[in-house]
Amino acid sequence: MMKTLLILVFAVVLAGTFSGPAHAQLEIDVTQAHVEPVPIAITSFGGDTEYGDRIAEVVADNLRRSGLFRPIDRAAFIEQPGFDSTPNYANWRMINADGLVVGRASRQPDGQLLAEFRLWDIYGQRQLTGQQFQTSAENWRRVAHIISDAIYERLTGESGYFDTRVVFVSESGPKTERVRRLAIMDQDGHNLRHLTNATNEIVRNPRFSPTRQEITYVSQELGDTARVYLFNIETGQREVVGEFPNMSFAPRFSPDGQRIVMSLQQGGNANIYMMDLRTRQTTRLTHSPSIDTSPSFSPDGNRIVFESDRGGRQQIYVMNADGSNQERISFGQGSYGTPVWSPRGDLIAFTKLSGGRFSIGVMRPDGSGERILTEGFHNEGPTWAPNGRVIMFFREVPGAEGGPQLWTVDLTGRHEHPVRTNSFASDPAWSPLLN
Amino acid sequence: MSSIVGLGRGLRWVIVLSFALVVAACAQSPTDHNMAGAGGGNVTPGTNQDFVVNVGDRIFFTTDSTSLSSQARETLNRQAQWLRLYPQYQAVVEGHADERGTREYNLGLSARRANVVRDYLVSQGIPASRLRTNAYGKERPVASCNDESCWSQNRRAVTAISSGPTS
Repeated sequence: MMKTLLILVFAVVLAGTFSGPAHAQLEIDVTQAHVEPVPIAITSFGGDTEYGDRIAEVVADNLRRSGLFRPIDRAAFIEQPGFDSTPNYANWRMINADGLVVGRASRQPDGQLLAEFRLWDIYGQRQLTGQQFQTSAENWRRVAHIISDAIYERLTGESGYFDTRVVFVSESGPKTERVRRLAIMDQDGHNLRHLTNATNEIVRNPRFSPTRQEITYVSQELGDTARVYLFNIETGQREVVGEFPNMSFAPRFSPDGQRIVMSLQQGGNANIYMMDLRTRQTTRLTHSPSIDTSPSFSPDGNRIVFESDRGGRQQIYVMNADGSNQERISFGQGSYGTPVWSPRGDLIAFTKLSGGRFSIGVMRPDGSGERILTEGFHNEGPTWAPNGRVIMFFREVPGAEGGPQLWTVDLTGRHEHPVRTNSFASDPAWSPLLN
Repeated sequence: MSSIVGLGRGLRWVIVLSFALVVAACAQSPTDHNMAGAGGGNVTPGTNQDFVVNVGDRIFFTTDSTSLSSQARETLNRQAQWLRLYPQYQAVVEGHADERGTREYNLGLSARRANVVRDYLVSQGIPASRLRTNAYGKERPVASCNDESCWSQNRRAVTAISSGPTS
């Protein structure tokens, strides 16, 4: 289903440009609590009229949504710099550009797309990076995302997250007869396609494998029990994960992709179990007369965060990956659920229910430093961008005609954006960086 | 009517009368909307319709709770009575939650609600072998507004009897 993507990458360097005097370094310190967005000029990737403008637009949109960049309106540009020459820095200082992206897209005789870009430091007066990509033209969006990541990475010192995808539950129809289908798209909402089509099935909580083109999720045919499945994105094939007497739900992969941690229902209680996908052996991790669910591994695989109502209401707990040392970490007003460990390991994102409001927040793995990033009628189900800087979640607004939609918020809580989908959407899961 | 084997005519009349009294009592509940205005007169006893209309196929819970209210117990007592009367039926207890919770927890909560009902029916003499449970979380509401008037209808456990008598 998914074509193998071959993108040839070359470094692009202008002779002599790295030797210029470095007066100022164009770099973004993302560790600051509030980062003023860097003004950056992104020119059209001229050459090929079909793709030149579109690639530049995708790059500008990505960088703008990150909250770290402010792409300058192209109407303000004084010059259209040549790709193979040094820009006139004064012309870009005049419009307050700190960085300049110059690109070129062209079609090869065999139809292949050749896309090149250079990132210039206007005050440092030097080229910071430059790359060339050759691929089939239909991959132009991926090329734009890869270029966005290269710029982000060069200027922040951290890996990007634009060349990624999101799997989610696409919802349509009235609330009482909602049809829920698995869908996958680029992180910016483009290239959306449905992975399942059944109308008599409830799908929930899709999660990417960190290592394979695979998803784990919950499927429940109407009239039947909810069960955890593995779904191969390339072949569309699925298989049930384990034969359990009762409902299985809330699955997530281990960081090595070899195990799945999930909830198994037993009577009125749910406990957390781990299944080794190679040996198919199941290990029980929690033993409480409560609802223990939403387990999520720490990125080093040593610990698991989960939620439990063992203390009376939903709270967040952390334990070792073998189930030992279960400790509650959430102590604020209200209930806490859906904890997800950041890919950087430094934070845990959660849904908080307090005073009839649903918010998305983060806390450290020891429970300290709780911060609410967004709050409202209903926000739920955070998932981390692979660099741990942005969180996607779903939001519902009241109203009989309302439904869930996907949003992103960055760790400062200042940059919140809707992710446009052509239907209602919930339960997003962000992929690792593609490669 | 002739499908009800083993029941004498006199006994059948007694049953219909007692159900009619129950309906009158339940119609006063604001949440038991399925029964509101329903009359037991033209419903064939021992049918699915009889169970839904005259007995009441669902009970309701308060927010984040699995406790059975006295009204819920009354409904479940009638369900147990009916299931004892018609042993050829099996039942699936379906648990549901309202939208004011997170998805995974609400799935667990709805399973717990279904189990509470199943356990209660067993305590009233229904063999566990005739009962199954299923859980739908918040994904199958019956009322779609965003306030308590709908949420209270969605926090429910529905006893669905099998469509036909089993052997």
